[in-house]
Amino acid sequence: MLISEVVNKIKSKELSSEQLVREHIEKAKTLGKELNAFTTVIEEAIEKAREIDRKIAAGEEVGTLAGVPCTVKDVIMTEGVRTTAGSQYLKDFIAPYSATVVKKIEAEGAIIIGKTNCDPFAFGGSGENSGYGPALNPVDKSRVPGGSSSGAAAAAAAGIGLFSLGTDTGGSVREPASFVGTVGFKPTYGRNSRYGLIAMASSFDTVGIFADSVNDVAYVETILAGKDPLDATTYDHPVPDYTAAAQKSSVKGMRIGVPKEYFAEGLDDEVREKVQTAIENLKEQGAEIVDISIPLLPIGLAVYYVLVPAEISSNMARYDGVRFGPKVSEDYHENMMKGRGQFFEPEVKRRIMIGTYALSAGYADAFYKTAAKVRAKLTQQVTDAFKDVDAVVGPTAPCVAPKIGEKSDDPLAMYLMDIYTVTANLTGCPAISVKCGTNSEGLPIGFQIMTNRFEEEKLFMIAQNCTN
Amino acid sequence: MAQPVIGLEIHVQAKTKSKMFSPVSAEYFADEPNSHVDPVSLGLPGAMPVPNEEAIRKCIAISLALNCQINQKTKFDRKNYFYPDLPKGYQISQYDYPVGHDGYLEIDVEGDARRIRIRRVHIEEDTGKSIHTDDGTLLDYNKAGVPLIEIVTEPDFQELKEVTAFAKLLKQTVQYVGISDAEMQKGQMRFELNISVRTNEPDGKLPNYKVEVKNIGSISVLEKVLQFEVKRQSEILAKGEKVVAETRGIRDMSGATVSQRLKETEDDYRYFPEPDIPPIYISDEWLAEIRSELPELPAARRDRYVHDWGLELEQAEILVEQRDKGDWIDLLSKDLAAEKLKQAVKWFIGDVSGLMEKKGVSVAELPVSPTDLIFLVESVAENKISGTIVKKVLEEMFESGGRAEEIVKSQGLEQISDSGALEKIVDEVIVNNQKLVDSLAKNPNAINALVGQVMKATKGQANPKLAEQAIRTKLGVS
Repeated sequence: MLISEVVNKIKSKELSSEQLVREHIEKAKTLGKELNAFTTVIEEAIEKAREIDRKIAAGEEVGTLAGVPCTVKDVIMTEGVRTTAGSQYLKDFIAPYSATVVKKIEAEGAIIIGKTNCDPFAFGGSGENSGYGPALNPVDKSRVPGGSSSGAAAAAAAGIGLFSLGTDTGGSVREPASFVGTVGFKPTYGRNSRYGLIAMASSFDTVGIFADSVNDVAYVETILAGKDPLDATTYDHPVPDYTAAAQKSSVKGMRIGVPKEYFAEGLDDEVREKVQTAIENLKEQGAEIVDISIPLLPIGLAVYYVLVPAEISSNMARYDGVRFGPKVSEDYHENMMKGRGQFFEPEVKRRIMIGTYALSAGYADAFYKTAAKVRAKLTQQVTDAFKDVDAVVGPTAPCVAPKIGEKSDDPLAMYLMDIYTVTANLTGCPAISVKCGTNSEGLPIGFQIMTNRFEEEKLFMIAQNCTN
Repeated sequence: MAQPVIGLEIHVQAKTKSKMFSPVSAEYFADEPNSHVDPVSLGLPGAMPVPNEEAIRKCIAISLALNCQINQKTKFDRKNYFYPDLPKGYQISQYDYPVGHDGYLEIDVEGDARRIRIRRVHIEEDTGKSIHTDDGTLLDYNKAGVPLIEIVTEPDFQELKEVTAFAKLLKQTVQYVGISDAEMQKGQMRFELNISVRTNEPDGKLPNYKVEVKNIGSISVLEKVLQFEVKRQSEILAKGEKVVAETRGIRDMSGATVSQRLKETEDDYRYFPEPDIPPIYISDEWLAEIRSELPELPAARRDRYVHDWGLELEQAEILVEQRDKGDWIDLLSKDLAAEKLKQAVKWFIGDVSGLMEKKGVSVAELPVSPTDLIFLVESVAENKISGTIVKKVLEEMFESGGRAEEIVKSQGLEQISDSGALEKIVDEVIVNNQKLVDSLAKNPNAINALVGQVMKATKGQANPKLAEQAIRTKLGVS
């Protein structure tokens, strides 16, 4: 059932929000716990559901997400609720304010039933870096659900909450969506507010959405999108009705670009095969398939892993233990050093060190500045590509969900899983991952579509076509 | 001969309603600690900066007033360092594209015009305040995030009086342009000094070290620090030793400096573009608008007073000290001819200013209006009242208000020019001051004392010229 249909049933009193939310909280406490999908389950949410039911009974206005249970990644601030960012460093941190995206969905009546587990500060591609243990893939519990929005993907695929807010800095929504077989969407950079999203890499971060269907994703995005006076990087562009766009679902006459660089070495054979089939399907629906080349695509990952840690090293500086965070000493310096030493997870420390190095005098020219230049060039190449094609498609990830522990000892192997997703973050383009089949073991395979900046409507139209 | 080489860095808090990057109030002086804070100024996770347009406008305005080039494409950068009063672990500042660059301010040193080059003017955020107590350090984040304009000069000062003249003129300029009240005791304007002493470096070559002195909160302390440092460094150099490149601080108002931190290497602030704020484009229109709103600056105003009004330099300088003083006196200029205007200026910088100081009244609160002073000056010129009466009327106005004209009329303060009335008083004065009258033969100046007696008897209302005439007629002296 679509979210819009659920809302209609709640509004028409066919369905009680309280009942629905109670069921989902129950599921979060059982299946969700088994999957380690949550850092916090919000049982008090039932009160809010009851309030929605009361309003409806009293004939009061309710919003477009009235009574809908959903989940929010734990890097997004939720006032009065513990917000850990997946790190032990913030294990006792109660958010004193809510992110704009949270305010927006709550204003429409959404009921947040839990904060989802994730890699600490969203640093990771499998969920295994989390300070609260790895989340498990509902398709195969011996495997990771991907990351960093690991718990969000696991919850969405397990049917806990009707949608889930995640964050995507290098693929953290799309890659886990691919691994669990659900829909995962990353908007244009600056389309959704980042205010209240605990920053990872500020020029890459976006708030994305997991849901069962492209329709549901488009429905929620219509609510999230728009200028936020509290986020200077958001745009004034009008927000169209994405749901209507998703329902159009026609690719006839569209030119779909397939970059040869996406099908080079390192791509799993079964993934390649299913992605090719998805492309064939688009052709059958009337799209024109165009072979293209974006020469800098393969370098994107290297650029990403210089620039992102650089921004991280700066964004993590506020965790000095003065205003919040653990107190382990009365002395400022000792408290900062020990607190960070003791409570930052290893991947957090690794990225701070890499980033500090990349920005340091004597190294910044070779690393940060060079990477920034290549980023601008890649963006130009991608923009040029969109002069010729409507969308660029390919695999979301080079592989299916790995086994827990399979890559966690090898940071480079882990970083390589982002190879296809980082392009959208480097260039600010919107992208989506939809399931295009399973491999011989029944593990989901994701198909990624990317369009030009602010062309979410086109993105949803194509994505819808791939899932039909 | 040892010659100092000095550069200044000046921080000015821009006077805006809200902070540099968030809507919380920036008017925090003397308020409860940590009462002007929000997620942005506390650097909470997820908080994001949104730049304050008014603060940027002020930075552009002062850049223009300092004859700077403007980077119409400008941006913010992060300056990364750890300090307890720096909530985010970085300060949002400007690195390679400051709002203003390559300007100058022309100062006047004893009639000699000298140009001090301005290297750059940029906008950033202030830090919080650390308060050290016996029980540890307390932090007040009210100041954190207040807009701060940084002005950096080239090392162009070679004499201490140049620094003083520059500091004073810059303070005036900042006030004139409306950037800040620049009240130093409130920390709204602070100086940082870079100073070294040249010994035998060839011309144009700077000494190979520099000493930085931070956080100087007044011009008089700045002068004392300069004297202290020049002496200290010269003495070290005279012994053939090297001056240590370091950051020094002051402990009190004496100007003595103490070592704070050695500077063996340049600080590495790992600057990079602030990703949370898109680059800012200053349009030609905006620039033109700000330029057109710039007021007449102190030097131009001073020259106008001297050349157009014929005032003494000293008088002109008093009038330009504070913008509102000049603004006030300018209101009289269209109604008063040159000589009367000069008289008005005399009264204004004399008695009016004296009364303002005595009563603690600002120009804005001044009980005397331009019309009042015009009336008084005109009345004196027409021999209707004397200077003594002007003093009296001004005092009355400061005491209980009212308009000058009303006070003169209602209290009958116009001069006694009626010869009948005056003669009667003169007669009495002659009778009562026989000794003075007798001394007239030996001492012709005694006539003045007699006039004084008439003035006293009339409480200043007699026309002194007519009184003198009447006395001479009565006594038959020419």
